[in-house]
Amino acid sequence: MSLYGADLLALLPELIIVVTACLVIALDPITPASRRDLLAWLSVGALALCLGITGWQISTLNVRVSAFSDLVVVDAYARFWKILLYGVAGLTIFMSLPYLKAERIHLGEYYGFILLSLSGMMVMVSGADLLTIYLGTELMTLSLYVMTGLNRSKPHSLEASAKYLVLGAFSSGILLYGISLLYGLAGSTKLVSIADAIGTRGADDSLVLIATILIAVGFGFKLAAVPFHMWTPDVYQGAPTSVTAFMAVAAKAASFAAFIRVFVEGLGGLKADWSLLFLFISVITLVLGNVVAIVQTNIKRMLAYSSIAHAGYALIGFVAAGRGVGASGGTPGLASVMIYLALYSFMTLGAFAVIGMLRKGGVEGEEIEDFTGLAKRQPLAAFLMLIFMGSLAGIPPTAGFIGKFYVFMAAVEAGLTWLAAIALIFAAVSAYYYMRVVMVMYMRDPTPSSVALPHLVTSPALSFVLACAVAGVILFGLYPDPLVSFALQSVLTLK
Amino acid sequence: MAVRNPIYSALALLITLFHVAGLYVTLHAEFLAAVQIIVYAGAILVLYLFVVMLLNLRQDIRYHRQWPMAAAVGVTLVIETVILAAMKGWTAPVVATGTETIVGETGNTEAIGDVLFSTYLFPFEVASLILLVAMIGAIILAKKDIGEREA
Repeated sequence: MSLYGADLLALLPELIIVVTACLVIALDPITPASRRDLLAWLSVGALALCLGITGWQISTLNVRVSAFSDLVVVDAYARFWKILLYGVAGLTIFMSLPYLKAERIHLGEYYGFILLSLSGMMVMVSGADLLTIYLGTELMTLSLYVMTGLNRSKPHSLEASAKYLVLGAFSSGILLYGISLLYGLAGSTKLVSIADAIGTRGADDSLVLIATILIAVGFGFKLAAVPFHMWTPDVYQGAPTSVTAFMAVAAKAASFAAFIRVFVEGLGGLKADWSLLFLFISVITLVLGNVVAIVQTNIKRMLAYSSIAHAGYALIGFVAAGRGVGASGGTPGLASVMIYLALYSFMTLGAFAVIGMLRKGGVEGEEIEDFTGLAKRQPLAAFLMLIFMGSLAGIPPTAGFIGKFYVFMAAVEAGLTWLAAIALIFAAVSAYYYMRVVMVMYMRDPTPSSVALPHLVTSPALSFVLACAVAGVILFGLYPDPLVSFALQSVLTLK
Repeated sequence: MAVRNPIYSALALLITLFHVAGLYVTLHAEFLAAVQIIVYAGAILVLYLFVVMLLNLRQDIRYHRQWPMAAAVGVTLVIETVILAAMKGWTAPVVATGTETIVGETGNTEAIGDVLFSTYLFPFEVASLILLVAMIGAIILAKKDIGEREA
């Protein structure tokens, strides 16, 4: 028997998050409704503390600390994602404060769930073992199921929660099947042992290939890549907007992080096979996501398809990493995925923050038509939305352009110029539906007969979120070097 | 098979759970087999039955077109069984390297407990968090008047 002092120290951020989550849930019943904001501030305080600890850990950048019999690792790669996730969770909490009050579902437990979901994501990004990664995924999605159904007065919300639960359970089953096959052939669920077992069995082994496909399908659901994207539009539309933002950004980033680690560290010997598989998936994801987004009239649904398309762009970087040759190998490809998702977070959070502000009468305005003539009434908010939409479309000098630039560069370096060309064409297609929102805001006048004119409800917390998002979009759009070098350094610890 | 009465479906699940317990026995994991029956068949399935009876779902006619699916799965399983039976003796018997060597002299229960609280302590704790989320989540989604407290 040994005490786990050093292990616990390595996982201090996770512990703080979990303890704070339990504290928030325990304090909720004894907190008067008027002071429930304090629970949100408590959560943000814990996030800030964790940011400090992870930032301090980062000074030992290239050290890989394994904890709990090598089931979790704390390396620079995990820290990159953790810092991103803290930021996203913090901004989501700020965004939720006014939104939940307006929707009359302001619950203390909500913040507890955000933190528990975050702890699941943190376990995912630093899991070095398929069992740990799987459990982290479950912790993350289970919290998300509950948060999706939080708005119980709306049938959409409950429907979304039920759909998400059933399809999530289905995808977990497929993932577990793949994991059990890998366990069967390696005798261990550790990624290192799996890589060794694949090395001795060879990449042509049919059992290995079947397991790889099953794991790819399981993760495909979590990443919302076509053909495993069916749940995304309904869930994104039905969930409360702040939860949608959290799902679209944090859950996607964490899934990508775990996905990359599993495929690079565990299944790296099958590079040639999975890069071909994901080549197809990324192309159909790009095509379907962008084309179907054009016909959407609900903005949350449109952004759901847009997030599917963005998963396709990020997958291009991953495919490029699988095809990478030469001294640098897959490093630029993987770094481009990290850069892409970090920049995607800012613009998506910003866009959802604006949507969350828009109210029509007592209810949320979520049709694209509700944005009609917004530029006349609220020019600043309309301008911010213009920036976020432009960034999502990838127009320079915004962050979206930088993200696409690095992904396409990685593809060209890996000899996939045609893939970059296809992606570029569909980026142009995507500009159509993003710019439609802008067109509606700037070019059209609202019909005077409309009963309740949609308007924006502003609050200091939301302004802060918007300021952070727009600062990220513009600053990283003009000067991405710090982020790029951070990503390039972080990816080196990935074996 | 297309069973109209959901209670029969729940009882069919009971049989499946017993089969899983049987698989554990063939893997020399007797403790897990016993736990499987006590927890799943004993506790969880009874809970399912309670829910089915409380909701009084006597007839569910939505899913009665399951014959083709059931036939396809059944035929596949029969073919698999025939192949496995025919293959007997083709390959050298696999020497058990799993449970017996690991468990050794200490016995099943002790081996699982030892591994669960040493090597796999971390996943064990994460699993406990998952259960916590499931519990609180069910309460929140089922509780009356969540929003009204605000008013």
